[in-house]
Amino acid sequence: MSSALKNTILFAVVFAMIPVIAQFQGWNAALFVLNMGLISAIMALGVNLQWGFAGLFNVGIMGFVALGGLAAVLVGMPVTPGAWTAGGYGIVASLFLGALTIGGAILVAGRMAKGWLRTLVVLGILIAGFMIYRGLFDPSVEAVEAIDPALTGYLGGLGLPVIIAWPVGGLLAAGAAWLIGKTALGLRSDYLAIATLGIAEIIIAILKNEDWLSRGVKNVVGVPRPVPYEIDLQNNAAFVDRAAGIGVDAVIASTIYVKLLYCGLFAFVLVLLLWLAQMALNSPWGRMMRAIRDNEVAAEAMGKDVTARHLQVFILGSAICGIAGAMLTTLDGQLTPGTYQPLRFTFLIWVMVIVGGSGNNLGAVLGGMVIYLMWDQGESIGLAVMEWITASMPDGSAVKAHLIESAAHMRLLTIGVLLLLVLRFSPRGLIPEK
Amino acid sequence: MDFLNAFIALSNFVIIPAVAYGSQLALGALGVTLIYGILRFSNFAHGDTMAFGAMVTVLVTWLFQSWGVSLGPLPTALLALPFGILGCMALVLTTDRIVYRFYRAQKAKPVIFVIVSLGVTFVLNGLVRFIIGPDDQRFLDGERFIISARTFREMTGLREGLAFKTTQGITILTAVIVVALLFWFLNRTRTGKSMRAYSDNEDLALLSGINPERVVMITWLIVAGLATIAGVLYGLDKSFKPFTYFQLLLPIFASAIVGGLGNPLGAIAGGFVIAFSEVTVTYAWKKVATYVLPESMAPDTLVQLLSTDYKLAVSFVILLIVLLVKPTGLFQGKAV
Repeated sequence: MSSALKNTILFAVVFAMIPVIAQFQGWNAALFVLNMGLISAIMALGVNLQWGFAGLFNVGIMGFVALGGLAAVLVGMPVTPGAWTAGGYGIVASLFLGALTIGGAILVAGRMAKGWLRTLVVLGILIAGFMIYRGLFDPSVEAVEAIDPALTGYLGGLGLPVIIAWPVGGLLAAGAAWLIGKTALGLRSDYLAIATLGIAEIIIAILKNEDWLSRGVKNVVGVPRPVPYEIDLQNNAAFVDRAAGIGVDAVIASTIYVKLLYCGLFAFVLVLLLWLAQMALNSPWGRMMRAIRDNEVAAEAMGKDVTARHLQVFILGSAICGIAGAMLTTLDGQLTPGTYQPLRFTFLIWVMVIVGGSGNNLGAVLGGMVIYLMWDQGESIGLAVMEWITASMPDGSAVKAHLIESAAHMRLLTIGVLLLLVLRFSPRGLIPEK
Repeated sequence: MDFLNAFIALSNFVIIPAVAYGSQLALGALGVTLIYGILRFSNFAHGDTMAFGAMVTVLVTWLFQSWGVSLGPLPTALLALPFGILGCMALVLTTDRIVYRFYRAQKAKPVIFVIVSLGVTFVLNGLVRFIIGPDDQRFLDGERFIISARTFREMTGLREGLAFKTTQGITILTAVIVVALLFWFLNRTRTGKSMRAYSDNEDLALLSGINPERVVMITWLIVAGLATIAGVLYGLDKSFKPFTYFQLLLPIFASAIVGGLGNPLGAIAGGFVIAFSEVTVTYAWKKVATYVLPESMAPDTLVQLLSTDYKLAVSFVILLIVLLVKPTGLFQGKAV
């Protein structure tokens, strides 16, 4: 069987699952799975760029995804009236001052001769800068957070169309990736893993605690959409007539219509990125990246700047994760920092890439769809399995209650075991690298 | 100005908690650094190994408590600790046998080991949550304080109280004993020397007849012991919650790298550097400052550099600085 035929069959099987889900849970749920699968495929594409092309191990995907989500809020949400004059400019100025302090300290440390005087001056700059920064930052934050805290209490966004947030999310993630890559690349491969683990946790901590920026755990709801609202469609006589024309209830028709529009947008982005990734993989640049991955020493001897290339591909991959994160928040219509779990947003993406076939873009896309399907359906299946196991136990027994309650944690276990098994017995994945 | 009260307040809120936390980090970082030195990869599953060992200890503690067995003023968990260590040893030997050994035989790249250890992390995490649930568990009993704040105030007549929790005392004492034992083992015994030789130069060690599988096994056993002790001490001092152990991974790695990965002495120093930075940066200095500064200069804010929600950021920033300035760490680790 040729590989093209095999790939077609694999994709056909995955897409055939969508109508099957629709049979059991309705088209609404099926299209939701499809949309999430498309987003997951984009994330997997980004990680594949880092791992499959360059062998870089990124454990902070969650952080880049969350930054993308933040971009959706910062771009899409309307400006909070009065927030900028109350404290917004103060916050921006203080952050700028903070950056200036760090920059100044680095500059001085570089210029002055080594010795206790240098330590003293650098410390002095840092402490004085920090005091000024806090002096300006704290009252500004207080002023912003005091504005109608139940509804806003944050700066709001720019009020631009939310689609713009997608590339912006990519840019934010790229910025964070640059910071990490610049520090940790060029050292041992483990260091990048540890540094990305750290930045992801910190980005989530910032989203949870900086209320002026993201409303923290109060969540931002009602992020504007690029597609019409269901309720507007239901009130639109022309739409209702058309739905009646094909014999579908207007309410169901409107939800499905909206999901199909999202599906079209996501599919467009996915195909575009996939095309770019394929072009990159088959270009001289892609061959160079794989040569570096397979033998760094040899590539370096051929005059390739390994660290710079690694930084490049690390930033590109993270940017794709950021784009996917912005899309995800757009689809959800809300930013809930509490939902960013490493299992769901770092680890699951890794499983997608490795199961799909690392180093192969089509494999990553396939993996993204398959694993998301399993993840989504796994919850109900896991519960069903647990109920079947415990069916013979008497009702009300402590063991039974414990088992059913902990079925939710079985996902961690199953996904972990799945990764270990694939790594061990089929490390090349479903669609192996050519 | 009142330096004595200031010092007591400082000890109470900064020095003692930081020393206790530093000991816990140091024990954790020692485990990471030993694995790094011998097996040559960063073990992401270490946090969850700690959680597993602590969980076994918690379960055995509950069993003892239900039997009415106790150590009087000391926590029963100390009695259960050996069982926790045994359970953890069984676990790490099993994972080594069915997971890591295969890749060792293949001479896989370190990054593959790291990914595999991430897989093990999630399996362990799921296992711990499956067995004991994701919530906080209390297993501390016995006396709560060696010296409570009130007794100290009555004893000395000072305005500030100095509370010294039993768990802090036990943590510091245990850490000292464990570290002394470990260094005696590494430096004085034949097995310990063979471990260091293997860590320094694998090929040379093999030529001189050291059995690598035996070295690896002993390393895992020691690491299981260290991880369980660190996990139980942390659980006693704070509380046992599976997810916090995953989050401890970052400060532990930061400690090991600050000290120099692969260097046991560095791991201990790194643990204290991270712990002291974390506590001093997130502590509200108002109280101490009011005692030290003249009344007119007394601060009206909390004088807290960072909110406690950003504890992780402290270890992370230190980690970044070390990677930028001196990637081998303070004590010349193996890794560049």
